[in-house]
Amino acid sequence: MEVVRKAFFRSLPVMAGYVVLGIGFGIMLHNAGYGVLWAAAMSVFIYAGSMQYVGIGLLTGGASVITTIITTVMVNARHLFYSISMIDKYKNTGKYKPYLIFALTDETYSLLCEDDDHTEETINRYRFFVSLFNQCYWVAGSVIGSLLGAVLPFSTKGIEFSMTALFIASFAEQWITSKDHIPALTGLLSTGLCLIVFGAERFLIPAMLLITLVLTLVRKREEGSR
Amino acid sequence: MTAGVLTPVILISAMALTTMALRFLPFLLFGKHTPTYISYLGKVLPQALIALLVVYCLKDVSVTTHPFGTPELIAAVSVVAMQARKRNAVLSILLGTGIYMVLIRLF
Repeated sequence: MEVVRKAFFRSLPVMAGYVVLGIGFGIMLHNAGYGVLWAAAMSVFIYAGSMQYVGIGLLTGGASVITTIITTVMVNARHLFYSISMIDKYKNTGKYKPYLIFALTDETYSLLCEDDDHTEETINRYRFFVSLFNQCYWVAGSVIGSLLGAVLPFSTKGIEFSMTALFIASFAEQWITSKDHIPALTGLLSTGLCLIVFGAERFLIPAMLLITLVLTLVRKREEGSR
Repeated sequence: MTAGVLTPVILISAMALTTMALRFLPFLLFGKHTPTYISYLGKVLPQALIALLVVYCLKDVSVTTHPFGTPELIAAVSVVAMQARKRNAVLSILLGTGIYMVLIRLF
């Protein structure tokens, strides 16, 4: 139970963001003519926030299967990189492995890519429950949003910043605990540069390629100097 | 329901399966024997990708029109300051989000 409690507290920052973003998704999907079962199904089986928002447009726009697949690859290509960086960490996760890989969203990744001071036996359960809690928040938000439609009793404007704050806090924590800041700076500068060059709509994939290229060159140089 | 059921089921399945493929592919390709290059990427990518996500979240902030990204900047700085001080992510996030929600109503 101790592990479950720890996982729950670790997942708390994600709760606010996922419930709010999930509600937003549920409302939009409802307005597009797809009810609560559709919202729940998408959040259970796709479980990728930005893709589900884009998916609403694909559903209502009568997109083809090929277009849908290509769009999904474009929007979700970053998940390839999350998985690459978790290969070693998830090596001995046993029965939890398939779900841990399936549930590796931006936020779950940012919680679990940091090293945790758990023991061998508990870490896999801990990772599983963090992943599971996060998906529960997302599914719950989607269902609530779908049921509420557009009538919300209070203004939650700005609460979506909790996602941004989560990533900033992870960034700061990694900066404090690591000696080598080259990867962090590479990520920051490459993404900033690509945002300026390619614009807010299409900078993500060039940024990921540039990051990989720069980090590969850095490794080559370090090997050369050895 | 206005639309048929089959088409959305197919499209949603396509989205779900493609997303799963992206998540599982690296594990299927490199899970057994991880090349040193992939291990290296695995070590350095997290920090770079978190930086990418920070920028991604702030991509629509306009620094040329009112309020010039001031709420985001102040909130972001308070998250970093709190994290450096207490090393507690929940506290940092609550503080930053609270400050942001107040600021966007003031500006």
